Amino acid sequence: MDFIRQVLVITRKDLRAELRTKEAINASLAFALVILVLFSFAFDPTADQTREMSGGLLWIVFAFAGTLVLNRSFARELPNDCLDALVAAPISGGALFLGKALANFVLVMAVELVSLPVFGIFYNVHWTSRFWSLLLVLALGTWGLTVIGTIFSALTVNIRLRELMAPLLVYPMLIPALMSAMQLTMDLIAGKPLGGDNEIWLRLLVAFDVIFTALSLLLLETVLVG
Amino acid sequence: MTAVAAEGVWKFYGDYPALRDVILHAEQGACLALIGRNGAGKTTLLRIIGGFSKAARGQVRILGSDPRETETRRRVGWIGHGISVYDELSAFENLSLFGRLYNLPHPRKTAMEWLERTGLERVKDGLVREFSRGMRQRLAVARAFLHQPSVLLLDEPFTALDDRAIAVLQRLLREALAEGRTVVMSTHQLREALELATQVALLNRGKIAFHGERTPEMVADPGWVYAHYGEG
Repeated sequence: MDFIRQVLVITRKDLRAELRTKEAINASLAFALVILVLFSFAFDPTADQTREMSGGLLWIVFAFAGTLVLNRSFARELPNDCLDALVAAPISGGALFLGKALANFVLVMAVELVSLPVFGIFYNVHWTSRFWSLLLVLALGTWGLTVIGTIFSALTVNIRLRELMAPLLVYPMLIPALMSAMQLTMDLIAGKPLGGDNEIWLRLLVAFDVIFTALSLLLLETVLVG
Repeated sequence: MTAVAAEGVWKFYGDYPALRDVILHAEQGACLALIGRNGAGKTTLLRIIGGFSKAARGQVRILGSDPRETETRRRVGWIGHGISVYDELSAFENLSLFGRLYNLPHPRKTAMEWLERTGLERVKDGLVREFSRGMRQRLAVARAFLHQPSVLLLDEPFTALDDRAIAVLQRLLREALAEGRTVVMSTHQLREALELATQVALLNRGKIAFHGERTPEMVADPGWVYAHYGEG
């Protein structure tokens, strides 16, 4: 119970701090919307082409926009040396990681849920036909993105070029999760159900989330203290 | 009982030995002033004692346990170079947050008590980013004392404090020592520190040059330790 309480304390603190400043979420949302709108003007795809590229386009936008939120995750602890206070507090590295990852998940999901209708309007795509399955894939893909982004945010927190380094480390690690999420999103927007041909991608995405969540829970203490 | 013990601690930055075979003890109820020139290794040693970084060799114990153990951390208070409170949160939200992280039974009530003790009750709902420097420092002091730690690790606690914050900190440290808690502080403010200290340790280029009881000569002449054991 203590663990869950600590996780929620960290999540609430991060969300409250972010909603007061709106630094990361505004930047992330603006980036996602601008890229979606610019792409819609730059290309004039047919309905079939749009369905084929929908997964790739959406997840590239989500991954880049998400990084703007995730980079800030541990960097927001640097002013006033707040990270020291968290490291000194009697909470486990796992609770600290999970609390921050949950806050990041909420923020990145919010950006995605605002971006999806914009995508639907500008690309003339009916994306709600498999809404609940799409929401599940979004949640799984976003959790993978969040877990990797949060642990690398901790890893690069004391590096001077962290804004550059974090994405360079995060994107290669995300390839399996992004490939799965892209494929599944493309299928769902095309109206195919989950299961059958795409079940292997779903399994890969779930396995990615489970493995990297477990690793991150174990590693955060070492990443922060050595 | 030994509250803080460092046994043969070494720390390297690259090839440079920032700490060299440091042996240090502070008994329960003692106030140890850790002094030394800039770059002597005071902050490095305090950070290792506090569990923020690991020694290359040797070991540190706080109240007989590893500093990274959860129960040990619950009994340690820390003031570092930064104030370690969030600019985006109010004073009350900051103290409540740390009250919850330290699993205090009544975090909100305790936060209010400490805001009153540090003279911040009237600005409890103000965001820390709008506070004056002195108010921020008093809040940092409240944050470190909030959970009634048995051991206080203070890195340059008097540096850049205004008069009111110095008075608050000195009062709280005297109360803590009277209650039998242990204080280890690194400092350049010899006068303030030596008034409180029961023990003094001098670090010279990562080595302990002196470690012993504070004597009347040290209070009368704060430069006495440097004159007798420093590098000149």
